[in-house]
Amino acid sequence: MRLSRVHSEGSDEIVADLENTPDDSIIICEEVHKWFDDFHVLRGITTTFERGEKVVICGPSGSGKSTFIRTINRLETHQQGRIIVDGIELSDDLRNIERIRQEVGMVFQQFNLFPHLTVLQNVTLSPIWVKKMAKSDAESEALALLERVGIEEHAHKFPAQISGGQQQRVAIARALAMQPKIMLFDEPTSALDPEMINEVLDVMRELAASGMTMLVVTHEMGFAREVADRIIFIDEGAIVEEAAPAIFFDNPQNERTQLFISQTLQH
Amino acid sequence: MRGKRRVGERTPDVTIKPPTDSKSMLQWLKANLFNTWYNALLTLLAVVFLYIVFKGILSWAFTEANWNVIPANLQIFLVGAYPREEIWRVWIVIYTLALMLGLSAGIWGGLALRLAIVIGSVGGGLGIILAFFPIALSNRFGLLGGVAFLVVAFFLIRGKIGLRPWVLGGWLLSFPWTMIWLHGFAGLPTVFTSSWGGLLLTLILAAVGIVVSFPLGVLLALGRRSTLPVIKWVSTAYIETVRGVPLVTILFMAQIMVPIFLPDFRIDKILRAMLGITLFSAAYMAENVRGGLQSIPTGQYEAAHAVGLNYPLTMLLVVLPQALRSVIPAIVGQFISLFKDTSLVTVIGLLDLLGIAKTVIANPDWLGLQAEVYLFAAIVYFVFSYSMSYISLRIEDALGV
Amino acid sequence: MENNSTKSVSEKIPFWRDVRGLRVLFQVIFLVGVVLLSGILYTNMLRGLRGLGLTLNLDFLNNEAGFGIAEGIAYEPSDTYLRAFWVGVVNTIRVSVIGIACATILGLVIGIARLSSNWLVRNLAAIYIECFRNIPLLLQILFWYTAVILQLPSVRKSLTFFGHVFINQRGVYLPSPQPTSGVKIWVACLAVGFILALILYLARLRELRQMEQPGFPAKWALPTFLVVALVGWFLTPGRPFTLELPALKGFNFAGGIYLSPEFCALVIGLVMYTGAFIAEVVRSGIQSVAKGQQEAAKAIGLNEFQTLRLIVLPQALRVIAPPLTSQYLNLTKNSSLAVAIGFPDLFNIGNTMMNQTGQSIPIFGMIMISYLIISLATSAYMNWYNRRINRIGR
Ligand SMILES: Nc1ncnc2c1ncn2[C@@H]1O[C@H](COP(=O)(O)OP(=O)(O)OP(=O)(O)O)[C@@H](O)[C@H]1O
Ligand SMILES: [Mg+2]
Repeated sequence: MRLSRVHSEGSDEIVADLENTPDDSIIICEEVHKWFDDFHVLRGITTTFERGEKVVICGPSGSGKSTFIRTINRLETHQQGRIIVDGIELSDDLRNIERIRQEVGMVFQQFNLFPHLTVLQNVTLSPIWVKKMAKSDAESEALALLERVGIEEHAHKFPAQISGGQQQRVAIARALAMQPKIMLFDEPTSALDPEMINEVLDVMRELAASGMTMLVVTHEMGFAREVADRIIFIDEGAIVEEAAPAIFFDNPQNERTQLFISQTLQH
Repeated sequence: MRGKRRVGERTPDVTIKPPTDSKSMLQWLKANLFNTWYNALLTLLAVVFLYIVFKGILSWAFTEANWNVIPANLQIFLVGAYPREEIWRVWIVIYTLALMLGLSAGIWGGLALRLAIVIGSVGGGLGIILAFFPIALSNRFGLLGGVAFLVVAFFLIRGKIGLRPWVLGGWLLSFPWTMIWLHGFAGLPTVFTSSWGGLLLTLILAAVGIVVSFPLGVLLALGRRSTLPVIKWVSTAYIETVRGVPLVTILFMAQIMVPIFLPDFRIDKILRAMLGITLFSAAYMAENVRGGLQSIPTGQYEAAHAVGLNYPLTMLLVVLPQALRSVIPAIVGQFISLFKDTSLVTVIGLLDLLGIAKTVIANPDWLGLQAEVYLFAAIVYFVFSYSMSYISLRIEDALGV
Repeated sequence: MENNSTKSVSEKIPFWRDVRGLRVLFQVIFLVGVVLLSGILYTNMLRGLRGLGLTLNLDFLNNEAGFGIAEGIAYEPSDTYLRAFWVGVVNTIRVSVIGIACATILGLVIGIARLSSNWLVRNLAAIYIECFRNIPLLLQILFWYTAVILQLPSVRKSLTFFGHVFINQRGVYLPSPQPTSGVKIWVACLAVGFILALILYLARLRELRQMEQPGFPAKWALPTFLVVALVGWFLTPGRPFTLELPALKGFNFAGGIYLSPEFCALVIGLVMYTGAFIAEVVRSGIQSVAKGQQEAAKAIGLNEFQTLRLIVLPQALRVIAPPLTSQYLNLTKNSSLAVAIGFPDLFNIGNTMMNQTGQSIPIFGMIMISYLIISLATSAYMNWYNRRINRIGR
């Protein structure tokens, strides 16, 4: 098992700590394994995310980054190990899954807006049906969120009628409407034309500044260097290295990380 | 349509006007009928064929045929044995539907409006024809009145978008409303389903078949796509068995088996036929809906889960609204085939439009008029079926699917 | 890997919140529901059958049927019910196979006519399609039966075609070929011709491969075979086959092939109706072949017919195969409308058996299983065919 510096201390202490979660850690992953049939995608991921921490996850294509962050809100099930989100263990318990999904917002590469609903309806859907909010309250909150991401004037349009960058900002507003404590981003800018990438990154910067806990899978290394508190490098389903951006980019320890950085920064 | 340009002809360099489409009759004939020697031959053959067929049909229709059989039996063709003095209840139903259609057209425009235009013009055309039939005055102008009703409803409600939920609710209620009026309630004399017949019965069977099989079909489709193996197997087995067997078999089974399996209920012949048609139609509906479900990308399910919706809410709010929209044309297509397939109830002795046609032929007063009667029934079926497929095309255009 | 912690946690989940538990629970509830429903229906059925004085078994199949069947394979009223049912199965298959063959040809012709550059032909095809698609099949069958075939002239005044084909209200009478004693000689000739043709075919195939040229491998084989067959035909003393001609004997015709009015009405109805649907399938299949393909074919100098045969049809076939399969299945199932005009297909005979024995449940089972087997066999064959054309020249 290849563990990074942080993990080489051994995981016994963390196991002992699990039951009384320290206040400042919001997600705890311990020896998370996952298989797709026989294919071992996640090979023992152990890490902790602090409240308000911004973590960028990077790694080569197919390394399991998406799979990892999708296990955190149960879009994928892990088969071994433990994931604890804000003190709630992610297990087969339906109630826990529902609670965690409300605490975790997610933004997808392909936006995945609901095409049959207007922008406003996309954002209010879950507050009305899951949080049982009154429609008028949900709408005024949604409008506030849409204003925050800068698309309040498109509230009554359908997703197909707005640009990719605008759609992705709606998707962020939709995730925020659940008032989540954690936001997951899976390559939020990869499907965008270059001129639209920044409008989305700006929203994410603003969100980071507001103190949200963020896990971001991205290839935008500039954004990583600027916003991230920590960078996790995943290869072949395991965390190879994790460090603050300065150390990660300027003084990577692992040779695979070095290779990855030299290749990425060339472009 | 342009003629072919020969090789070697050059386009001049100077800008000229494009050739106009208005061509002389002769050029058109040459381009479309006689452009090659075999097309010329085909044209000649087709003309000879047309001449023989039309001459035969027309001379039969205007000299030999006895069309009196149609107006004399018009009422039973349309409503079967439904009592003459209660026919106003059928008109109530027609007027209700015209009202609903007019309201929908006014409130939604677009698709509903096109539908109303098609149905209104077909109804108007039939109404004009009906006005010349020697029948009771109220019935003669009933259809035209219905069309007028539709138009008035349309203009009254136009643009009042706030009333949409009411109109939707109205549609939901229109089905039981229809049944109650036709069957009778409170002080009204009951008209038992056994005396429903003719075109009325045909339309009711088709409507019941589609309306009732719709929820069943959605459930079966969800079942077939379920990740729970038992539910998946049972749904699949049901769908494939029903689709592998002819409708006649299912209709006979409903007739013979229902009394055996449910001896405690007295279910009459028409209800059993409805049951058979519904169970049959549900399997086809399920396959149509499944097609729609398959067209929904997984990202939609994932996004719905990610915002915290559970399975029922995901299906109800996100997946089904999209899936069903994309299968509307397929469902209209299914309605058209069901409309034609209801004629099979003739085989189990019900008096739908075709059943009535058979009884009229067997009537000693009208002996030897098979061709006239069947042709009339064929024309009625054709008008309905063809206008529905026209509507279906319009829907496909409007939905852009 | 110590995994005890996860286990101990999952054990604490109450079952109504446990995802896996719920999955099992839902399936169990569903299954119990299905079983309960079937159970209720089953006990009702037993009660109902007892009321009718029937028991559920298949013994009756070995009893004497006692009813006559107008047409089909050899059968006497003294045969068993099982045999009677089999006659029906064979009749259904016969109608379906003939119907499918004719409907395919008709559909192909009309479908291509629908796309003809000839305005008149194109619109006639469209009118045909719309008319026959939009009128219920049962109505069409009844029309052909009662309004056309039964109204034909009587036996004495039969319509006569080519001197030996007779059509009247009792049906259609065709000459039938009968083998003579010379048929063996001709069969031997055919065998020789076949071997010759095979050799030529393989040789031509190899030649084409070596030249790496596309071509028609049976270019020499086919004419050779035909010539040998033809020469053999005329060399055989007394010809290999004679035609048995139908002739008026007493009140009816005897000899030759006889097609009953029921059979004719059923097949005509099925073919005209399904043909219209197949025409639409063919049309949309051909239209699905990209316009560029036709333009490219024109550009390399193929004429209209060559374009159709070499470029368009092979590609369209792949698109056409699946919907064509469902049309074939529809035709097979629709052949059950035979019951309306009294043609003894499997459903009609099953129905008669039910009326005689009262054993509706097992007989319905037999009918359904027969149709399911026919459907499965047809779709299995079409799937195989579909895979084959998809493999060739992808
Ligand atoms: N549903 C699935 N079934 C089987 N294998 C899968 C499935 N989803 C992902 N995989 C495989 O798991 C591996 C990890 O996939 P994942 O999507 O997590 O990679 P990634 O790091 O996000 O890559 P990328 O940068 O290309 O998005 C890949 O090899 C992929 O082929
Ligand atoms: Mg990914």
